[in-house]
Amino acid sequence: MIPAAFEYARASSVEEASKLLNKFGEDAKVLAGGHSLIPLMRLRLAQPTALIDINGIKELDHIKEDGHKLRIGALTRHVTIQNSSVVKDKLPLLAEIAGEVGDNQVRNMGTMGGVIAHADAAGDYPTLALMLDAEIVTNQRTIQAKDFFKDLFTTSLGPDEIVTEVVFPVANGPHKYIKFRRRLFDWAIVGVAAQKMNGDWRIGLTNVGPTPVRAKAVEDALKKGAKPEEAAQHASDGLNPAGDLRASPEYKKHLARVLTKRAIQQST
Amino acid sequence: MAVTTMIGARIHRREDPKLVTGHGSYVDDLRQVGMLYMSVVRSAQAHARIKSIDITDAGKAPGVVAIYTARDFKTMISGGLPVTESLIADKKYVPNQFPIAETEVVYFGEPVAVVLASERYQAADAAEQVQVDYEPLPVVVDFEKAMQKGSDKAHSDGPDNIAWDVKFPGGDIEAAFKEADVVVKERILQQRVFPLSMEPRVVMANYVPFGNQLTLWTSTQVPHFVRIFLCFGLGIPESQIRVISPDVGGGFGSKLRPYPEEYLAAAASKLSGSPVKWVETRTENLQATTHGRGHIFDIEVAAKRDGTLLGLKVTNLSDNGAYVGVFGALQSALSLFLAPGCYKWKAFDGRTVGILSNKMSTDPYRGAGRPEAAHLVERAVDLVAHELKMDPADVRRKNFPTEKEFPFTNPLGMVYDSGNYAKTLDKAMQIVGYQELRRRQAELRKQGRYLGIGLSTYVEICGVGPSAATDHVSGSISLVESSIVRVHPTGSVTVAVGTHSHGQGHDTTFSQIVADTLGVPYESVQINHGDTSDTPFGYGTYGSRSLPVGGISIYKSCQKVVDKAKKIAAHMLEAAEADVVFDQGRFHVKGSPDRAKTMGEVAFRAHQTGLPDGMEEGLEAVTYFDPPNFTWPFGAHICVVEVDPETGAVDIQKYVAVDDCGNVINPMIVDGQIHGGVAQAIGQALFEEVVYAEDTGQLRTGTLLDYSIPGIGEIPDLELDRTITPSPTNDLGVKGVGEAGTIAASAAVINAVVDALSPLGIKHVDMPASPDRLWKMMQEARK
Amino acid sequence: MKHKVATTVNGRRHEHEVEPRLLLVHYLRDNLGLTGTHIGCDTSQCGACTILVDGQAVKSCTMFAVQAEGKSLTTIEGMAKDGELHPIQQAFWDEHGLQCGYCTPGFIMAASYLLSQNPNPTEDEIRKGLEGNLCRCTGYVNIIKAVQTAAKTMGGAEAKPSERAAARRS
Repeated sequence: MIPAAFEYARASSVEEASKLLNKFGEDAKVLAGGHSLIPLMRLRLAQPTALIDINGIKELDHIKEDGHKLRIGALTRHVTIQNSSVVKDKLPLLAEIAGEVGDNQVRNMGTMGGVIAHADAAGDYPTLALMLDAEIVTNQRTIQAKDFFKDLFTTSLGPDEIVTEVVFPVANGPHKYIKFRRRLFDWAIVGVAAQKMNGDWRIGLTNVGPTPVRAKAVEDALKKGAKPEEAAQHASDGLNPAGDLRASPEYKKHLARVLTKRAIQQST
Repeated sequence: MAVTTMIGARIHRREDPKLVTGHGSYVDDLRQVGMLYMSVVRSAQAHARIKSIDITDAGKAPGVVAIYTARDFKTMISGGLPVTESLIADKKYVPNQFPIAETEVVYFGEPVAVVLASERYQAADAAEQVQVDYEPLPVVVDFEKAMQKGSDKAHSDGPDNIAWDVKFPGGDIEAAFKEADVVVKERILQQRVFPLSMEPRVVMANYVPFGNQLTLWTSTQVPHFVRIFLCFGLGIPESQIRVISPDVGGGFGSKLRPYPEEYLAAAASKLSGSPVKWVETRTENLQATTHGRGHIFDIEVAAKRDGTLLGLKVTNLSDNGAYVGVFGALQSALSLFLAPGCYKWKAFDGRTVGILSNKMSTDPYRGAGRPEAAHLVERAVDLVAHELKMDPADVRRKNFPTEKEFPFTNPLGMVYDSGNYAKTLDKAMQIVGYQELRRRQAELRKQGRYLGIGLSTYVEICGVGPSAATDHVSGSISLVESSIVRVHPTGSVTVAVGTHSHGQGHDTTFSQIVADTLGVPYESVQINHGDTSDTPFGYGTYGSRSLPVGGISIYKSCQKVVDKAKKIAAHMLEAAEADVVFDQGRFHVKGSPDRAKTMGEVAFRAHQTGLPDGMEEGLEAVTYFDPPNFTWPFGAHICVVEVDPETGAVDIQKYVAVDDCGNVINPMIVDGQIHGGVAQAIGQALFEEVVYAEDTGQLRTGTLLDYSIPGIGEIPDLELDRTITPSPTNDLGVKGVGEAGTIAASAAVINAVVDALSPLGIKHVDMPASPDRLWKMMQEARK
Repeated sequence: MKHKVATTVNGRRHEHEVEPRLLLVHYLRDNLGLTGTHIGCDTSQCGACTILVDGQAVKSCTMFAVQAEGKSLTTIEGMAKDGELHPIQQAFWDEHGLQCGYCTPGFIMAASYLLSQNPNPTEDEIRKGLEGNLCRCTGYVNIIKAVQTAAKTMGGAEAKPSERAAARRS
């Protein structure tokens, strides 16, 4: 299928991109990897009037270690994150998650910023960002992950605001991401990330609600000394996932519990 | 006799060099000067009255040349799409399908208008701007409810939703059930699936008014069949229609009928005076290319305590969709004819009800009725085994006809040509290590793990078909295949056939037959297919028939060529014909191997003066082959799975297939067919299901985002082996193999899943055995 | 408004004015006549349109032609050199890694990328590396063999069989 017509402009700096967004108005969109946007455009479920191509803004493609932080540029491709020795060393969970996004072709194009800004409930990075208290840096401000993901496909980004960087804490303790799916390349029916950080567990859930979820109740139970299988029972506390063709709400809640247990147990 | 160096050899496919280099020519790779692109406006409603179609805005869109609706096409196309109604002995209501809706749409995705524009993108844009005003009508989605009296109707002017209701009795079923120690019953679902060839359909039409000539390029399995119906529909003589089907990117049964878009593109070319191309998008493909399966089977099985099978009752409810598929009734009929499987039943009783609903038509999908049959009877045998606490392998063995009982007649009078069912089962069990697996299963069960072993011993019917048997279902059409074998003066050979490969490698397989039979170099043989202008009439490629019908036709033509060549050789050698021997591609005088002429020398001579008195020049032969019987491949598949007790995820750990398709022309191609067939059945067993919204009839699995075919991570390594039991019904002893894997595998997988979950008391699992379904079943069983 | 796009495809330079929405795959097929790259879905699942852009495998249906400005592209037509099949093409032929052939160009291009990153992949790595391509004919069995064979002929050491990827669902 074929997208509807749109205007196209390349930005060579974040400032220019922001100006172009202003110029083309609220129906303009940023084009990074395009792997969420272009299929929607082909189905004509998205019909932006203009695309601002930021792929030429080289400074957005970076991985920097900054003290106890890891700064990932918005244009950094999944494949770069997956193979980065810095990421493998400082936040190996992120490298593993990057390697499980889509397939090789998708990973060669898709970007950190794109996944974060798209805010798909099945996105994997948002879960990690939320559970690790990452910061989302834009051309205008820095937003805490907990304040960023507002609803399904909805973030706190303003109309001319562009994600430039996502800042994660360094964490290289035991960790595991379990992406439960029917096929190797599918998105998560339910995903669970576990990361031990500063002596405590962080647990994040993917695709169990409109936004990523941090399983605080599980974290608290673990902190109080509960065994993984006991703590994991709290993974579905307060969840109200929507059912879909792949899974009923009950099954998703069940998976949240089972996979949380496994993610903690299998963390290395 | 000729040399047999090619037949049975693992010859690399001659089709491949162009395909691996990107030089294949699929229809969308072709274009015509001045060509317009056609975009089809499709119904967004599953059932509605069309109040009006407003083309004002669309007509003004850039590049638009014309917009046509049913009113325009009515002047150009008469009648409707074909339905093999004669399959439906007791016909009830079979609505006529015009290629485009005029007053009422009856399925989501039905064509309502077409747009012609200069460019692909312009046609897509303008199609969006065609405004159709619909008045919604009640939507029929649940086809079991649709057969009830007083149900909403899929067609507002129909009497009800019943397309047919036919019984197939076979023997004294009541007596068989009276004798039974146990009777088991089950409802077995065959969900709708998408055939999903990787190449969607594409049509390009060029009508030239001078001479009333239509050329139609189309991605089809059946070019000659399409031409017949274009002739009927468009009123153009068959001789003036040329249908060309170049490389075809898979079909799996979904491209073996004429389609609305073929009529519409041809008519649009005629109306507009320009060549027209239509390229189906995947989204359209899922809406408007026929679906497969779509049945409910209610079965009752009677057996003795020792495992002897007695009687099988099967009621088939078939979800036809809004229009009965061209071969829609065939798959229901086949599902019953083959339901007895490879077992000795005393009696069988079948009934099929064809039901209309507001969905896309169901039509053949790889196996067409036979996967359904194998699935139900293989589940039935396992249900009996479970009930009697017997090993399912033992129940099977107990009820197989022995090798000596062939030809074997099933309760419906189908005569199985040859078989040795125990042999394939034994071999498969040996390869998989059956006894060891059972021991391991017992151990794992103690640990709370669910290992399952599933057997499927299937028989299938191929080689459609012998006219004596198909007469009453085909409407007296003789389902022959034809060939022309022509030896050129310089000795190379052109063969033209009515079948049409769409991935099966016919160019290679057929050339192997020709090379051996004529004793000519394999490289000198050219196979033509897919273009009605240079091939003899044939019904095309489906039903694993191309080799046992088309291939035998080629063999027979080659024999006729050899017969004539022998006469010429005798003349050349100045010997009596009876003294001439044909061997290794040479004709020589008996006892004098040096006094010889090659086929090439004979061919040259055949085009010279001074042939024997009364003999015509040339060296070619034509055969229309009507086989004396069907062929009956069979085999045994064993699948080993482990089901995750917590999540319901199924992991296929091992898959063994031992198939017997008679003699093998090219083992590499045969194995490839099994691989692909098994993968598709694994898809149905574990992953795939077409879902329509119950309330609106809209397609919920409308893209590949929502419909899961297996990827490379989901199909395990497949261990194949074979036995060879030649078919006695044809010269080469071949049976056909295109569908065997699909027919066998769904039962093997599901039987394994059920076996895995049997400690929970689970006796049956429907497809797809998705993790959420299995989790729910496990939850309920544990209560 | 049309935009200029200048690319090098299979070593040959091209320059066109195109609509921004023109998908790269349509540019290749319709503008350049390189019809070996196929389209099998609308939603970036099937991988039939896979090509190399600056050596990286991408799905050309999920990229606009304007995005290819200044880039070097390799399509299936660019794989065979001087009448010799590329070892991956040869391996697909030898191992019967194709039937209808429609998905094949995409698989070969994806395999080419995989082997450029990992010359000696295990069976699991081949599965993982080709997860973005769908085939409906072969059941993938011979595609895996073809990639193993290609790896050998291209100089990767003996391809290792491996434990099946049971861990993927954990």
